[in-house]
Amino acid sequence: MMDAGRHPRIKLMTCSEVVAVSGYMGNYRATIRTKPRYIREDLCVGCLQCIDACVFKKPRFPDEFNMGLGLRKPVYLPFPQATPQVPLIDPENCLQLKTGKCKQGCAEKCERKAVDFEQKEKIQEVQVGTIIVATGFKTVDPHKVPYYGYGKYPNVYTALEAERLVSASGPTEGEVILRDGRKPETVGIIHCVGSRDEKTNRWCSRVCCMYSLKLAHLIREHSGAKIYNFYIDMRTPGKGYEEFYNKLLEEGVQFIRGRVAEVTDWAVKPGEEGKLILRVEDTMIGQVRRIPVDMVVLSTGLESQPDAAKVSALFGLSRSADGFFAEAHPKLRPVETNTDGVFLAGCAQGPRDVPDAVAHAGAAASMAIALLNKGEVTIAPTTAKVVREKCVGCGDCLPVCPYTAISRVEGKAEVNAALCKGCGTCVATCPSGAIEGLHFTDEQLVAQIEGVLT
Amino acid sequence: MSVESGFDPKIVAFMCNWCTYAGADNAGVARMESPHNILAVRVMCSGRVSPEMVIRAFRSGADGVLVMGCHIGDCHYAAGNHRTAKRMPLLRNLLGYVGINPERMELAWVSAGEAPRFVEVTQAFTKKIRNLGPLAQEVTE
Ligand code: FES
Repeated sequence: MMDAGRHPRIKLMTCSEVVAVSGYMGNYRATIRTKPRYIREDLCVGCLQCIDACVFKKPRFPDEFNMGLGLRKPVYLPFPQATPQVPLIDPENCLQLKTGKCKQGCAEKCERKAVDFEQKEKIQEVQVGTIIVATGFKTVDPHKVPYYGYGKYPNVYTALEAERLVSASGPTEGEVILRDGRKPETVGIIHCVGSRDEKTNRWCSRVCCMYSLKLAHLIREHSGAKIYNFYIDMRTPGKGYEEFYNKLLEEGVQFIRGRVAEVTDWAVKPGEEGKLILRVEDTMIGQVRRIPVDMVVLSTGLESQPDAAKVSALFGLSRSADGFFAEAHPKLRPVETNTDGVFLAGCAQGPRDVPDAVAHAGAAASMAIALLNKGEVTIAPTTAKVVREKCVGCGDCLPVCPYTAISRVEGKAEVNAALCKGCGTCVATCPSGAIEGLHFTDEQLVAQIEGVLT
Repeated sequence: MSVESGFDPKIVAFMCNWCTYAGADNAGVARMESPHNILAVRVMCSGRVSPEMVIRAFRSGADGVLVMGCHIGDCHYAAGNHRTAKRMPLLRNLLGYVGINPERMELAWVSAGEAPRFVEVTQAFTKKIRNLGPLAQEVTE
């Protein structure tokens, strides 16, 4: 990430989003909106003294990167490796931005005069040849599976929260401390939350088994707790993954095959008081069991971003039934899309783990560069062509084109051959017969009809 | 083919390149039996089929016309078949005015994987046209 930030040929635009795209392969124009950071990237050197100087002496606001388990100030660096190493100010909580009344400790402290409360949203247009969409995924909202008690019992965590707890740079510096301050003695990790489930998402999210195993290993190592993993099937495809699973079996992590029915705090047997009780059918022994634990981790699955529909409209992408962006061909063209010059990388296209995402992104980058380096593109010969003399400029063809390849030039329609895919819908629409579908012209089709009928 | 009525209809079937044409191909590869009456005219997308083409087919002697494309949502060109879906029923309503029984024209979605459906649709349509008799007779009546 840092390397990308430093690379002379890579321009990183953070706090930014694409709001409009026009043009076609090799000639895209993207309109980009950059939100104010209130700290000037060109002046800031990343000393972070502004954070110390903030009038809020203590961090007070939930830290998004730590899933709200830690606190931050209104001026903050999102996470230690953030690129660029420039803090930002959160306008919702900053006294100066909210009320205009603040001592402005941060601005005073900054020797480089990088703090700029006057910064405004910026809109700019850039010309690009190819586009890679790598908008990632979202984890399933654990509230969608209410019977696991997330939000109701404080000691039910999502896997991402648990990951922050075991991280050395997390809010507890790697110590597993529950929301009530206790250290867990037993931990239950529930796989496939919001995955492989008729009620939420049907697909396997592919990464949860492995990250659940990682969490089991780390929580055990950091807290010495006894760990139960509840799984439907163990899916460990990948180099070294099955070996890791075997290692955990040897470490004594418990694996129970069965989907957990519910998590409650209703103690009915001795030893259950004050614990969370997981009710599960252990399908290996054919018995319903009650397992009391101190901490529950929900291995939430992956789904598409909530704004995927907007992004797909922006770049002309299609989406598969699961909501992720669709590739041009599931096996042979996994990084291309049906819009030429737009490529997909990573989980935007479907759930995948880090090595696979890196490989996918590498493929997308090479394809994007290869296309640009060629300098020219080969198009199919079956495009549409307007016969200018016949065109009356009614414009009926403009809205029917799925690729917006037709535009009005000097009152008459014109097809951009680089955009046209040759479906012929405009040919059939033109009331003046002014558009020819090359290789599928009216004459050719009529000849064919007459040919088959004689 | 010897038919009791002695009438062997000619049916022009417009098939889109990406779904139905491939579906028809697959039916052949799988050695399924589809009627020989179906005379394929390949177009890139069902959206290419103009009402005029359908009329031209009737005028050139077709007893029935089938327009086939991808299912809605599956069109290779995203929305080409949306046009077909609007255009063809409209044309069907107008056929009566020129003395052609609207039943002689049909729109059907058949995907590349639906070889059995291709056979089903074409067999049913052929049967229907066979029962209707030759178009020439209907128009002169
Ligand atoms: S490509 Fe089959 S209907 Fe458009």
